[in-house]
This record gives sequence, C-alpha cells and structure tokens, in this order.
Amino acid sequence: MTISRRALLAAGAGTGLLTACGSNTGRGSGGSEPELSQWYHQYGETGTEQAVQRYARAYRKARVEVQWRPGNYDQQTAAALLTDSGPDVFEGGPTLDQIQGGQVADLTHLLDGVQDDFNPAVLQPKTYDGKVWGIPQVIDTQFLYYRKSLLADAGVRPPTTLDALVDAARQLTGKKTKGLFLGNDGGAGVLGGTPLYAAGLEIITQDGEVGFDDPAAARTLGKLHRLYADKSLLLGAPADWSDPSAFLQGLTAMQWSGLWALPQVRKELGDDFGVLPFPKDGAHGRPAVPVGAYGAAVSARSERRADAEDFVKWLWVERTDYQEDFALSYGFHIPARISLARKAGKLTSGAAADAVRFTTDHGHTAQPLLWTPASQTAYQDALSRIIKDGASPENELRSVVRKVTAELDRVKKNSQKNTKKKP
Amino acid sequence: MRRGRGSDALWFWVFVGPFAAGLALFTYVPLLWSVGLSFFDAHNTVTPTHFVGLDNYTAMLRDDAFLSSLRTFLVFTAFIVPVTYVCSLALALMVNRVGRARAFFRSVFFLPAACSYVVAAMVWKMSLFNGVRFGLANTVLGWFGAEPVAWLSTTDPPWYWLVIVTVRLWLQAGFYMILFLAGLQRIDPVLYEAAAVDGARPGWTVLRHITLPQLRATSVAVLLLLVVNAFQAFDEFYNLLSDARGYPPYARPPLVYLYYTALGQGQNLGLGSAGAVILALVVALVTVGQARWLRLGRTDADG
Repeated sequence: MTISRRALLAAGAGTGLLTACGSNTGRGSGGSEPELSQWYHQYGETGTEQAVQRYARAYRKARVEVQWRPGNYDQQTAAALLTDSGPDVFEGGPTLDQIQGGQVADLTHLLDGVQDDFNPAVLQPKTYDGKVWGIPQVIDTQFLYYRKSLLADAGVRPPTTLDALVDAARQLTGKKTKGLFLGNDGGAGVLGGTPLYAAGLEIITQDGEVGFDDPAAARTLGKLHRLYADKSLLLGAPADWSDPSAFLQGLTAMQWSGLWALPQVRKELGDDFGVLPFPKDGAHGRPAVPVGAYGAAVSARSERRADAEDFVKWLWVERTDYQEDFALSYGFHIPARISLARKAGKLTSGAAADAVRFTTDHGHTAQPLLWTPASQTAYQDALSRIIKDGASPENELRSVVRKVTAELDRVKKNSQKNTKKKP
Repeated sequence: MRRGRGSDALWFWVFVGPFAAGLALFTYVPLLWSVGLSFFDAHNTVTPTHFVGLDNYTAMLRDDAFLSSLRTFLVFTAFIVPVTYVCSLALALMVNRVGRARAFFRSVFFLPAACSYVVAAMVWKMSLFNGVRFGLANTVLGWFGAEPVAWLSTTDPPWYWLVIVTVRLWLQAGFYMILFLAGLQRIDPVLYEAAAVDGARPGWTVLRHITLPQLRATSVAVLLLLVVNAFQAFDEFYNLLSDARGYPPYARPPLVYLYYTALGQGQNLGLGSAGAVILALVVALVTVGQARWLRLGRTDADG
C-alpha cells in the first residue's frame, strides 16, 4: 500500500477547494456595508435553507452570510462563542451559563412595543433578570402521532392516560410493527421532563427549586420501564424520533415527534393519523405538551454588535411576512407572534388545529433556563437507567434531586454575584 | 564548498523550527492551559478568574458518572486488547503460510485500516446492526426465525459491546497483522529446521517454543499500541451511540464523558480539564507499568 506523493498533493488541494467553498456566499465581494455571519442549525425540511438565504439577501444594511451547520449545533455554538471567530447572530437557547457569562447581548430594547405579541410560553425562557436575551423565532412542540387505522384494527382507543398508552403500545405490537417509537434511546432523550408534567409536577418550580422531589415522579417514570420491558418500543430505527420515517414506513403504530413533521405525515397518510398530547398520569395528572424554541441571539463578542442587533430586529421583529413564511411554509411550527398564529389559515383545521389547541391548553416550557445541561445530563442518565435497566426510580431520582439542587445553588450564587457587580 | 557552523544552525531551525513551533502552539500550550483551567471555576470561558484549588478534582473523583466511565474503559480495554492481539496474530500466521496470492490476502486484510472510524461506525450503525428487521444482522437472525434485536439500545444483554468491539476489530486487526508479518519474516528459518531435526512437531509446539518467543519485541510493541489506542477510544463510541439529545449512560468511555462535560453545551471547562488530567495520569501510570512488566526495549533475540 503506497500512496504516491502526487495523489497526496491532489487530495490536499481538494480539501483546500472544499474549505474555500464554505465561505462562498454566492455574491461578489466589495461594497462597504458591514458583513455579518448568521448561524442556523440544519433544519430537516427542504426549502428552509433556501428561505433563510433569501431573507438574508433581502437585508439592505449589511451583507449577511448564512451558515447552515449540520451536526451537534448547540455544542458548536457554545465552543464558537468562546472565540472571536464565532457568529455575530445565531439561533440558540441561549443557555443560562451563556447569559451569566456575558456571552450574549441584551436584546430587550428590540422588543419595544411588541413584547406582548410574543407568546409568553417561549418568551419567558429567553428572559432572565427581567431582560430578553433571545428573540423567539417560532414555537416548536412535540406530540404523539398515531395511525387511526392501526388502532381501529387492534380495537384500541387513542390513549388518554399513561396506563392506557402502555396497554395500547403492547396491543399494537405485532411481528412487523412496534406499538410506539420514542426515539432510539427508548425515550430518555426526547421525553425529558414531559412525563413529570403529565404527573402534575414540574422540573423546576416558579421559585427555582427542584419540582419533582415527589413520590408521584417515581411512580410515573417507573411506568415508562413497562413500555421497554413489554418490548412495545421500536428501537434502533434508521431515522430517529425527529423524523417521521419510522411512522410513515409502518415500523410503528404511534410515534412521538415534532409538529414540524406534520406536513409530511399528512401528505403520506392523508387523514389516517391523529395527534395527542403526552397522556396524563395519576390523580393530579394533566396532559403535557413540551414547548420550546430557538431564539435569535447576538454574540457579545461580535465586532459589529449594533449592526447585528439591527438585523435581528429587522428579521425577527419587523418582517412578520418572513416570520410567517419561516414558521409555516416548510416544516410546521406555530408562529411565536400571537397575532401571526391567530391569522394562520393552515393552523385552523384537522390535526394542525388539534395541535394548536393542545399547545394552548397544555403547553409547558420544555427547557426552563435554570435547567442547565449538567442537570439535564444527570436526569437523562437516570431516566435511561429507569427505562432500560429497570433501575429503581426512587433511588435514581434521589441522586438526581441531589445533583440538581447543587447545580441550582451554583447558578443562583452566580446570579447574586452578577447583581452585586452592577453599580 | 565550506559551510560554517552558523549555516548549520540556520538549516536546523529551518527544518525543525516550524514543527517545534507547531508542537508548542497546538500541543504544549493547550496542554498547560488545560492544566491551569483545572484549578479554576471555568464555565463558558477559557480565561477564568475564580480560583477554586482542588475543588474540580474532588468533584470529578466523587462523580459516579466519571468513575463508571473509567470502569467502562477498563472493561473495553480488557476485552479489545487480547481479542485484537489473538486475531491479528492468527491472521498473520495464516497469511504467512499461504503460498500463492500472499500479497492479495495481505492487502485485503489491511484495507479496512484505511477506512475512517466515523465511516465504519456509520456502516455498522445504519446497515449492519440497525435495530429493525431489515438490518443485515437482523435479516440473518430472521432466517433462523429469531426476533430482531435492537443492537445498540439493548442493555440486557449488552449487545452494544458486540457492535463496538467488532467495528474496532475490523478496522485495526489488519494493521497489527502487518506488524506481526514483519516480525514473522524476520525469524531465521534455521530455527524451524533445528526444531524439526530435534523432533518438534509443526503446530502448537513450534508456535509455543519458537515463534512466540521470537515475536517478543513485536508483541510488546503491539500490546502497547493496542492499550494506548483503547485509551483514546472516542470516534466509534460517539458515532455509534450519541444522538441529538446526548449520549446514553452506558458504554460511555472517559473521553466521551469529558467531551460532553467540557465541550458540550455545559462548557464546564474547569471540571473537564480536571477530568482530563486525571485520565492522563491514569494512562501514564498504566503505560509505564505495562512497559516495566513487558520489559520494553529488549529485543527479540533476548527472548
């Protein structure tokens, strides 16, 4: 096996060419307007990338270079924010540590006069210390999709309690089809705190304390293990929960997925599907619909911070036509602006209307700001062990509560330190 | 033409300088910086101001997730090292004995070493060992009427180890086979002839008393490389088991865990650096111990 030196050189030149393509914006350089880089994560729906490129081109006051970033987007932005070569504008949490670390700019003034038009369910998690750190782009929600015909064949009614869901998943499981798909990890990742809300609890209370130090939490999470033990769960599918493929290919009768998948599901299955919130559990339970959103944020290290803020205001506050297009024309999201959501015709009928109603009635914040990555990892590890290994929910939750409490103490201490620093 | 001492020094720096500078800039500076970070509370910053002493170290040593990641990787090493050793030695012995098309077999077994871990992990995850009935492994199981197995999601029995170990075995067995082949071809045929004259039957006896002792130096090098490689395992674990929401709590080696702690969304660089220092110490200790035990540096002839 010898590789000729010329081949190596050619390969090197090829890599150079590829790298060069990355910064090609498709426009001639020149002109004196400032240059901004804007990062998006890779949306799965076709047309989204072209759409955001189109918005960026329409902006007159700066040249905006859109970067479409596949892979672990949140980790990429977190690392890039430490350097000067990061984005000027990016979609992101932003996370509490980013806010406390002074990595993102205060955007409160961009919302003057229109703050009340943003849905509080998504604006609140972008708000810390009374200031807004990210402009919500859309409302993302997740639902339980079910195949009406398969449920009817098995004589199963759409489940409205967690126990009914466990039974339904078992009855719907056959030789070729599994009952339920909660992601290839068995649900620990995507469900997160949703089952706790379904049990009538919260992950973090309004006062910033642990919200699931309660026997009901262990009882509910323990039921998720039944799904796994019954072999009702689809595992190891080629595409994960965020993609409706497994549901569409008939690998599963029910799937937990995002609202964004709805247009594709409707196109392939017509009326043969419905959506449900995560079913309630226990006496104090209520159906649960996780709500979250990326916010448009501005890096505090940006050299053109004022220009970046102007651009964010233009795109995510002023251009409601683009906001509506972004939310509804490609994947499916509820507009973050209440006024837009109200007049969106696509959201008034069928499963989409159900989805909007469930979100309004049962929506909860999927990622409160105080729910830091460290807390989330501790909880997700525990949930995975409960679901797959049948670990004792009481013991697992006890250690999670301990870790989350320590983490909450840490961020509260930071917030006091920050307040003290101010004049 | 006479060259002065000055121009020698100049040429020394022309050739060595760029590499020395690169090594310092991209290896030593980050390394020392990371050791420095491990004594600070460094959330989302590489220029922290809040000194915390050894807090990060005690936190890491008390973190059961980190300790379990160390166990994971000891189990992995204990398994992958002997298995790869035996497989690549067996391959080398077989390839060494074939009369015809030896170059062909050598290339065929070596080729996987040219494949990237990421690509191989994707092939293993998506087509060979996916969990649905049309994955290759499950299709084979289907011929015998068995239920499909979710290879990477099942924790009892831990099928995910089968996927992780086979992908690494496929990727690296060929490379070590080449090392063993080189070692085998350096053994003097006279030794085998003498053994035959003394009545040693070809097979196990010759392997045990001639071949293996003669391969000593090669074996030591292979074992050291295997252990170091196992310590550095990251690519195939990460690509096989991670998803958009993180990484499951099983089969999580220290590098993956530290990656999520320090470079994930958490960006706890102080804690991550402390973990990295602990890990580096463990690796150094094991390697030095192993080198002592295997008496590194002695040649094949020393036996």
